[in-house]
Amino acid sequence: MLDIFSYPFMQRALLAAFFTGLAAPAVGTYIVQRRLALLGDGIGHVAVTGVALGLLTGIAPTWTAVTVAVLGAVLIEIIRERGHTNGDVALALLFYGGLAGGVLLTGLGGQSAARLQEYLFGSITTISVGDVWVTMAFAAVVILIGVGLAPQLFAVAQDEEFARVAGLNVRAYNLLVAVLAAVSVTIAMRTVGLLLVSALMVVPVATSQQLTRSFRTTLGAAMVLGMVASVGGLSLSALAPAGTRVAPGSTIVLLSLAGFVVTWPLGAWLRRRQLQRAPFPALPPDETATPHDAAQHDHDHGPACGHAAIPHGDHVDYVHDGHRHAPHEQHYDEH
Amino acid sequence: MSVTPLHLTDGAVAIGGRPVLRGIDLRVESGEFVALMGANGSGKTTLVRALTGLRPLTSGTVELFGTDLRHFHDWQRVGYVPQRLGAATGVPASVWEVVASGRLTRRRLLRPLSRADRSAIQDALEVVDLADRGRDGVSQLSGGQQQRVLIARALAGEPELLFLDEPTAGVDLPNQLALTAALGELASRGATIVLVAHELGPLAGLVGRAVVMRDGRVAYDGAPLADHQVHDPRFAETHLHHHHTDGHALRHDHSPHVASPLEGGR
Repeated sequence: MLDIFSYPFMQRALLAAFFTGLAAPAVGTYIVQRRLALLGDGIGHVAVTGVALGLLTGIAPTWTAVTVAVLGAVLIEIIRERGHTNGDVALALLFYGGLAGGVLLTGLGGQSAARLQEYLFGSITTISVGDVWVTMAFAAVVILIGVGLAPQLFAVAQDEEFARVAGLNVRAYNLLVAVLAAVSVTIAMRTVGLLLVSALMVVPVATSQQLTRSFRTTLGAAMVLGMVASVGGLSLSALAPAGTRVAPGSTIVLLSLAGFVVTWPLGAWLRRRQLQRAPFPALPPDETATPHDAAQHDHDHGPACGHAAIPHGDHVDYVHDGHRHAPHEQHYDEH
Repeated sequence: MSVTPLHLTDGAVAIGGRPVLRGIDLRVESGEFVALMGANGSGKTTLVRALTGLRPLTSGTVELFGTDLRHFHDWQRVGYVPQRLGAATGVPASVWEVVASGRLTRRRLLRPLSRADRSAIQDALEVVDLADRGRDGVSQLSGGQQQRVLIARALAGEPELLFLDEPTAGVDLPNQLALTAALGELASRGATIVLVAHELGPLAGLVGRAVVMRDGRVAYDGAPLADHQVHDPRFAETHLHHHHTDGHALRHDHSPHVASPLEGGR
């Protein structure tokens, strides 16, 4: 059954999946940080026109797709920057134009919908040696820039105006992120397909930020999660029982989503615990509250009593039945 | 005598062809602590944005440290604390990371943080009294603490001239006091501070000079005024509609805004 991994097409597919899985979240993190999670989707739709253009003209669709996707990404960025529109309206405009253009061109070229579908939903197992090299090269560029320029890209995505006064060329960095996103979309197009591309850019980031507090760990964890989902999803689809046809794109995205579903409750629990443990503000306590006689309790509050001990100024309050008890002489003050 | 950090001559700003600031002359000497005050819509935020180059002047010139703003590249000498409700974005970031981004003015591309960078970041965190929160996520902090993070970010670049846009707006009294202590520390180190404020509160003790804006012009420039004097009818809004489009409605990422995508006006 594991024989399948010895086939060259499968090894090529695994390599492509590995690099794509690392690269897509590397740029996806910045996109999510700017609250443009659907940017990848917008670019993916625009790239449909690029693919159709390739099918129509006979040029390799990868190259036409990357060209059109980069142009589309730059256009989205310019509309976002020039107009006082939130990114989402600009994205919506490009979405529909790109998809409609692609369908129109495919029809004009007399190509069957099946050919276009390879790109819409991925066809990683038909990837050629040349495609693998292109994928690896593009992915390496995306990863190197995404990680190497992290301080600059972080600052720009965090606060554009601050970054501008800090002397950074904000427009250039924004365009860079848009171009990187377009490149990631094009390489991920063979793995998961244009319609699912955004999932690989966004879902690993959403998963990793459930458990992280810093940007750097979010970025790193998202890249690892994206890689695991890509390679794991591809392997799962390859190991599917004979006779069933499981598209790798779907297993990759579903596996990625499964990771989110698993970590989400954990993240929610951690955040809740964090909130409960946060120190109370060190304001002077309300003197009018009546103190509790310690004798009313069947135990003394202490480090081991099981009630949450929350720092409050220079002492500790114990949370007990919705009360905040501060030990004071023989009784508990209500804080 | 050091060079004048900030000099605006006959400055005017129009937004979408509509004159907002007119005929403003402002000269701030090294070490001054200036409060830009005035009613909502009087143009104080627009003025700071013009002084930092975020909004182009329609006429007049800004000179920073004796260099025309258009040719000014010494951005590590300038710090800016924008008006923000918080420091959080779509992805978690630690307090330390946000403050470290303020050090970019002094870092070269693709170089790791130097020891001087790290100590400046640590120092900035200590000045705003958040040194023990460096590893926490910014979104876990209260609004006032996040405002202090933004100030620490500006301090990390060790600026000589610091602009702050409404740092105390919506911040509770303990945090205002912490802010005041941080700015006092900075002023004592010789920094020049230009602060936009609707009301000074505890900052009043630090301010050495007040500039009161009214309807896009400077209505008063001199010794600090008490809060109630700033709201004197002489300085109050002349009419009810606001010119305050600069601060919020046109800011790209921070407010939902429906308009045609190619509508210009920048």
